[in-house]
Amino acid sequence: MTTRFFGAPVKRNEDRKLLTGQALFVDDVELPDMLHAAFLRSAVAHARIRRIDVSEAMKRPGVVAVYTAEDLGTYWQPGPLLVPPPPIPRIVFNVRTQVPLAKEKVRYAGEPLAVVVAESRYIAEDALDDIMVELEPLPPVVDLEAAVAAGVSLVHDDLGSNVASHVRQTKGNYRKAVAGADLVLKRRFRYEHGISSPIETRGIVAQWNARGQQMTIWDTTQAPVFVRNGLAAILGLSERQVRVIAPFIGGGFGPKIMIFYPEEVTLPWISMRLNRPVKWIEDRLEHFVATTHERGQIHDAEIALSRDGRILGLKDVFLHDNGAYNPYGLTVPINSQCTMLGPYVIPAYDSTFTSVFTSLPIVTPYRGAGRQHGVFVIERLLDFAARELGIDPVEIRRRNLIPPDAFPFDNEIIYQDFAPLQYDSGNYEPVLDKALAAIGYEKFVHEEQPRLRAAGRSVGIGIACYVEGTGVGPYEGAKVQVQSNGRVSLVTGIGTQGQGHFTSFAQIAADQLGVDVTEVDVITGDTDQFYWGAGTFASRGAVVAGNAVSEASHVVRKKALKLASELFECSEDDLVIAGGKVSIAGIPEKFLTLSALAQHANPMRGAVKPGTEPGLESTQYFGPPRGTTANGVHAMIVEIDPETFELQILKYVVVHDCGTVINPMILSGQIHGGVAQGIGNAFYEKLVFDDQGQLLNASLADYLLPTALEVPRMEVGHTTTPSPLNPLGIKGAGEAGAIPVGPLFAQAIENALDLGHRRIELLEIPLSPSALYELTRKDGA
Amino acid sequence: MQPDRHEIELFVNGKSCRRAVESRMLLTDFLRHELMLAGTHVGCEHGVCGACTILLDGAPVRSCLMFAVQANSHELITVEGLASAAAELNPLQQAMHEHHGLQCGYCTPGILMTMTAFLRENPEPSETELREALSGNLCRCTGYQNIIDAMLKAAHLLRAGAP
Amino acid sequence: MKPAPFKYIAASSLDQALALKAQYGDEARFLAGGQSLIPAMNFRLARPAVLIDINGLTQLAGLDRSDAQHLRVGALTRYRAMERDAGFLHDCPLFADALPHIAHPQIRSRGTIGGNLAHADPASELPAIALAMQARMGIRSIRGEREIAACDFFVGPLTTDLKPDEMLVGTAFPAARPRSGASFMEVARRRGDFALAGVAAVVSLDNEDRCSQIRLALCGVGDTPVDASRIASSLIGQRCTDKAIETVAGDVRGTIAPSGNIHASADYQRHVAGVLVRRAIAMAHKRIAHAA
Repeated sequence: MTTRFFGAPVKRNEDRKLLTGQALFVDDVELPDMLHAAFLRSAVAHARIRRIDVSEAMKRPGVVAVYTAEDLGTYWQPGPLLVPPPPIPRIVFNVRTQVPLAKEKVRYAGEPLAVVVAESRYIAEDALDDIMVELEPLPPVVDLEAAVAAGVSLVHDDLGSNVASHVRQTKGNYRKAVAGADLVLKRRFRYEHGISSPIETRGIVAQWNARGQQMTIWDTTQAPVFVRNGLAAILGLSERQVRVIAPFIGGGFGPKIMIFYPEEVTLPWISMRLNRPVKWIEDRLEHFVATTHERGQIHDAEIALSRDGRILGLKDVFLHDNGAYNPYGLTVPINSQCTMLGPYVIPAYDSTFTSVFTSLPIVTPYRGAGRQHGVFVIERLLDFAARELGIDPVEIRRRNLIPPDAFPFDNEIIYQDFAPLQYDSGNYEPVLDKALAAIGYEKFVHEEQPRLRAAGRSVGIGIACYVEGTGVGPYEGAKVQVQSNGRVSLVTGIGTQGQGHFTSFAQIAADQLGVDVTEVDVITGDTDQFYWGAGTFASRGAVVAGNAVSEASHVVRKKALKLASELFECSEDDLVIAGGKVSIAGIPEKFLTLSALAQHANPMRGAVKPGTEPGLESTQYFGPPRGTTANGVHAMIVEIDPETFELQILKYVVVHDCGTVINPMILSGQIHGGVAQGIGNAFYEKLVFDDQGQLLNASLADYLLPTALEVPRMEVGHTTTPSPLNPLGIKGAGEAGAIPVGPLFAQAIENALDLGHRRIELLEIPLSPSALYELTRKDGA
Repeated sequence: MQPDRHEIELFVNGKSCRRAVESRMLLTDFLRHELMLAGTHVGCEHGVCGACTILLDGAPVRSCLMFAVQANSHELITVEGLASAAAELNPLQQAMHEHHGLQCGYCTPGILMTMTAFLRENPEPSETELREALSGNLCRCTGYQNIIDAMLKAAHLLRAGAP
Repeated sequence: MKPAPFKYIAASSLDQALALKAQYGDEARFLAGGQSLIPAMNFRLARPAVLIDINGLTQLAGLDRSDAQHLRVGALTRYRAMERDAGFLHDCPLFADALPHIAHPQIRSRGTIGGNLAHADPASELPAIALAMQARMGIRSIRGEREIAACDFFVGPLTTDLKPDEMLVGTAFPAARPRSGASFMEVARRRGDFALAGVAAVVSLDNEDRCSQIRLALCGVGDTPVDASRIASSLIGQRCTDKAIETVAGDVRGTIAPSGNIHASADYQRHVAGVLVRRAIAMAHKRIAHAA
């Protein structure tokens, strides 16, 4: 079967709607009699709730209801644990999940205390001021190291400590590695990721239809099926009574897959209670505390190497800021723990983390999902080792790369998919070489940099390598159907937040069914249209749903060919499917359109052979045995103003291997976007909390997202090592752009300012001109 | 206190409309929930992200930083007013489509409006000038590169006389 | 983030606007561009009971060149109009340098010079430029008119000398001296963000290429814009050598007391202010040579 669309940069089916302002986002949902909700959020990070008096708020004209935790009655319960811990020996794991409205105690500034329902959002916000809250402040837990010290305030009183989880995983024998090492380096690192800050915040519309006993929910979620299942359960409804629609969503990036947010749980209850539709749209101020974050870790890491730069062992002990509740288990720190091993042969590894409850918003995965932290540590350790050993930083990486014949490569420790961390496939050195060629590494280091330096310019180069576990299970499904008008319908349970599913999945189906991409209508994110699935996260959409689409399309193709062969009374091998038709090879005038075949397959009268299914339709599922490992290399040349430390990126290269590529245009777009977020993470975005747990920069004026002036042109290259774990050979790519940018900045800036010779090391992310000034002035410069 | 309401009459996408609005109603909410023109999006309500950009008497403005009542007697163009015919995409929209200048599409209407005004005054922009003009519109998905390519193409199409 | 309720009045005349402001005093705010006021209202940090919309008072917008000694800029003049007026940019190079740093094009479509100056954000560029150029501020109320120097106008953080019943109606910028050059530079995290430090420098030379006057003002490094002209006066009577300029930069660095913020330490602000003083004076000086 020749592919016309698979692998081609096909333009997107969904663009027209989005470009003309016709695409439906959650806040565009308008329903008759709809009410609007606003949440009163705690201004204090840690306190006992003495009293909440809503009586004045209830009197305000236009206010329909005001609810606190007490009003929820038996409906009030902590949310489910979304991701249980993997089966790791001697793990400590304490579950404390978020609640719909705070009861007895407030655990982070921003936690919802009450909800006002009114005729407009304006009035609802007016009423928030009417609510009297008496809080007895308690000492907040903000500093990670203090959080695990004795005698500290407890986020969860019944727990006895602030430990959310404690995990140690080992591979090989680190002590032996140290004994045989020529160099052992120890460093303390601090890495902070930030918030996803999509341009569309979260939002929910809940509509209870009492007559039909049906609940419809529009939700900016990346996991509509899970939301449907969970809400049905707590609302006491059957799953079939609940429909969750994730329409067009303005960016997800991870925190929209956190589910059973307080607002998500409360809105449907309100709608049932009042028998009216209710809408809540998160405003930007709320988003800073109400939607989950990814924040910081402190690593005490050490690496043992031989004289020629080979890694003998790696040891790391780190603290992870979990936030006040841990519904997502230990996904983020375990990603850090596993991804630290990178694309390198590391014979011995001893990694311990303590995930700590703090009086701060919840931490759940955000694009990279903890991988950034791990990659920073290993890449920086290699840079410092290179310096100590007098080896070029590229060379030291090259010497440690897993060789292509070593796959599947077993890293032994347990990964987030519950299985031992195994890299299924990869070919790392060509990726590195391609990146070096694209950035012009040799020429820069030997010619351009010396020349520019002589002219007084501070320019530097950086290279960083990473792997990314993608395409994890459990599964996804797709239903493909040729409709009687010849158009192909493709439905899957996952949602879309801009990744181009309406096109990439259509490409797969179009190739199988011989139609044009524009003739495939894709529906995602509507639980009434497709019942089963997990969601869009962890760079798995294309891998898992894509393969389900491929399977389903393939079965439909076979059905069409079989039916045509019966109608033409010929062999299936004599048939060609193209241009929306099935014809006999060599006799194009003998054809049946897919439309006609679809109608044939669903007769209104007559007998049907036993065992046949009506129509040209198939539902198939795909569940990978384990995640598949993508990898890449980023390279960057920067220039720094040696006086102001303002930074400009002169050149940026990404070479990525994500196996077979469905749509290179969409893939590049994902990489561009990931790099932009990585640049934000490395040099611009920083959440600033005071010691009372208050976020000081809760606005886009002070939380600095990169603009078109901070993100440079990026050159994206690929190599292809197909995954053996799925028929299409695809690996995920959604997070790749964001992962190695922190260490890349650190390395390139050290190089530009020649900090190696001055023995100044960049051990923290994010950086900034002011931070660079403070770090370098100690040298007396 | 009774809400402070005012009668306003304004032109939106070439059509006159008359409404009574509360004085504090933001222009974004007026466009989206009174006129049902939901193509203009809300990203921040404090004038930073640019998702709400529309044209006011031809100039790009952040509609979250205006009250509807201030738009009285003015001419507004929103994203719904861009395409010349129902089925057609205008040169900027077409170029965005060809260059994959949008992913989730949420910031896109604001960018189209900003760029419509910019390209009208700057028919032959350099990449630097384009990036400066775009710097008031935040995008979290694309990394801006394809948007820049699309706008360079759109500028070219406009110069070549595309409508 | 919806604003609290208010009473809205679109003023149809300046007299009406002033009468209303006198009536309501601090309970009322003038609504001009709204690019600072409305975000504050959306955050509910500002809750004026009354908004007096003065956007209809077009007589307050525009440039008046009738006086050869002063360029008068009406308070309601929008940044957008200024950046499209080549003559204005030529006559006021500090504005030519600074305007691209003020927020973004969409903000500049609405924002006004009067709104900016009356808001008196210490990190804002225009108050520093007003100081550097020794601008005079035209103020009106129902009680009459007055004019004060810029240095008397900015009295504290976000605080001006405007009384509760007064409106800033215009600013008069003295014409540039012959053999003068000007330069404005700033450092911010991103283009359009609040300045971490900004410097406006105007240098004039005598016939022997010695400095005859230097005006120097900074933004972002104090509670108000900082007039550093007296500190810089060590340059007067001298040639503008690198050494002389560096001395001024060092003296300014030693005098200012920035407080630091979440984006930069106080020491960084101080350091960068010194760098910009040096660079801006050098650039202003260089521009004289080109103009001659």
